Amino acid sequence: MELLVEGVGHAFGALPVLEGVDLEVRAGEILSLIGPSGCGKSTLLAIMGGLLRPTRGRVAARGTPPAGCLNPFTYVFQDFALLPWRTVAGNVALALEHHPLSRAERRERVAAALSTIGLAEFARTYPGRLSGGMRQRVGIARALVVRPAVLLLDEPLSALDAQTRELLIEEFLALWQRDRTTAVHITHNLGEALRLADRIVVLSRRPGRIKATVAVDVPREGRTRPEAAGRIAALHAVLWDLLREEARAAARELAA
Amino acid sequence: MSEARSVPFRGGGFVLRPRRGLSLAALAALLAAWQAATGSGWANPLFLPAPTTVAATLWELAASGALTEHLLASARRVALGWTLGTAAGLAVGLAMGIFSAARAAGLPLVSAIFPIPKIAVLPLFILWFGIGEPSKVATIAAGVFFPTVIAAFSGVDAVPRTLVRMGQSFGMPAWAIVAKIVVPGALPTVLAGFRISVAIAIILVVAAEMIGADAGLGAFVLTAGNLMRTDQLLAGVVVLSALGLAAAGLVSAAERLLLRWR
Repeated sequence: MELLVEGVGHAFGALPVLEGVDLEVRAGEILSLIGPSGCGKSTLLAIMGGLLRPTRGRVAARGTPPAGCLNPFTYVFQDFALLPWRTVAGNVALALEHHPLSRAERRERVAAALSTIGLAEFARTYPGRLSGGMRQRVGIARALVVRPAVLLLDEPLSALDAQTRELLIEEFLALWQRDRTTAVHITHNLGEALRLADRIVVLSRRPGRIKATVAVDVPREGRTRPEAAGRIAALHAVLWDLLREEARAAARELAA
Repeated sequence: MSEARSVPFRGGGFVLRPRRGLSLAALAALLAAWQAATGSGWANPLFLPAPTTVAATLWELAASGALTEHLLASARRVALGWTLGTAAGLAVGLAMGIFSAARAAGLPLVSAIFPIPKIAVLPLFILWFGIGEPSKVATIAAGVFFPTVIAAFSGVDAVPRTLVRMGQSFGMPAWAIVAKIVVPGALPTVLAGFRISVAIAIILVVAAEMIGADAGLGAFVLTAGNLMRTDQLLAGVVVLSALGLAAAGLVSAAERLLLRWR
């Protein structure tokens, strides 16, 4: 499915956080949104999935969800948003329980989601006993179990250490290759965006507007190869040139 | 080059470790000092009987069945009053945690009434319900109700906002968000509130029984005091302590059962 953001603006009370955002997320692409902190990228993602009503504009979707889709717009959260009193399997099953599925089908879906991301042996473990990386794997399994049409990844790797982040990027891309689900990914990490995205949208500081869109013109599987290093470094420089002044100015503003 | 010296260690202390033996020794020392004070004639046994005397009286009272009768009367009032106060408190407190209107309407009322010592309204409850059981149970229920309301809505407040948004993002209906996210998330705070509310219930049952009752530990302790039977008085106090410990034990057991995930 594709997602169309049409003239979206948002204000919290008198404080404008987003202005005039027009954006098209193409079917089957990963779009990364980067911008300085406080630029409204999380607000934009919340609007895109229908968790927040924008003050202006609208978000529309086009296309048909994949077969067996139970929740077209599905989030993966920065802080994982797991229920500590439910086991790993229980957390994944939570996304299915209010849908009319047979017990067997539910169990089958949960087991399949857990095994694709290597969590099968932790099904009965509570999240409190898992590392951050394993917790976010649960978050990803819970998102995949509903067979989403659009994945909304809200800084999914920001709470993780660099090595865990690297592992999860590789695992996520391997999974993503199967279904090529349309995905919007928010990050403040340029390297992460350059690993995942087809296109990177740069937002200005608050109120966030689209400053530039940069296509990552290196095949995804080749981006860590030495031959691609020059091109990736050049893109990194382009992005950082776009961001530097915004980030500097944003850092000097008082928090809202 | 001068000689290398070890960096001085500065990281000791400020860590509490269990010292089981010391806990028992402190209790034993207190009892021994008490016994010695009464045995040496330093304390008048009429005002402070020896722990061995209290133990013997306790044994006699237990054997005669008098104590069981008083204990059961008090325990029944506590159980009934606490259950009623808790049920109403949870209903109101959860509503105040979830609905803005309930919070806005309820908070000033709860804030105004919570600090009133509930024993002060027992005379009013006696006028309303009579001198018998209902006025005592109502006093206990009123005393338990307010802290339970506060624990319940504070517990709902403590549920991370992102968990509710997660539920919404998966299209969970509102009742499911309440039942599967809000209520279980509030449970640790609610159970911590139970610890306080059972203690309040025991304080109130004793106070209520001292004002107007024939049976119950409060009445028993008061009568013993009036008759200068300090051995019986202290025996009653020991039973009250045991009742409090038993109630706290039940709460701990509930926590272990319901909060296994911690």
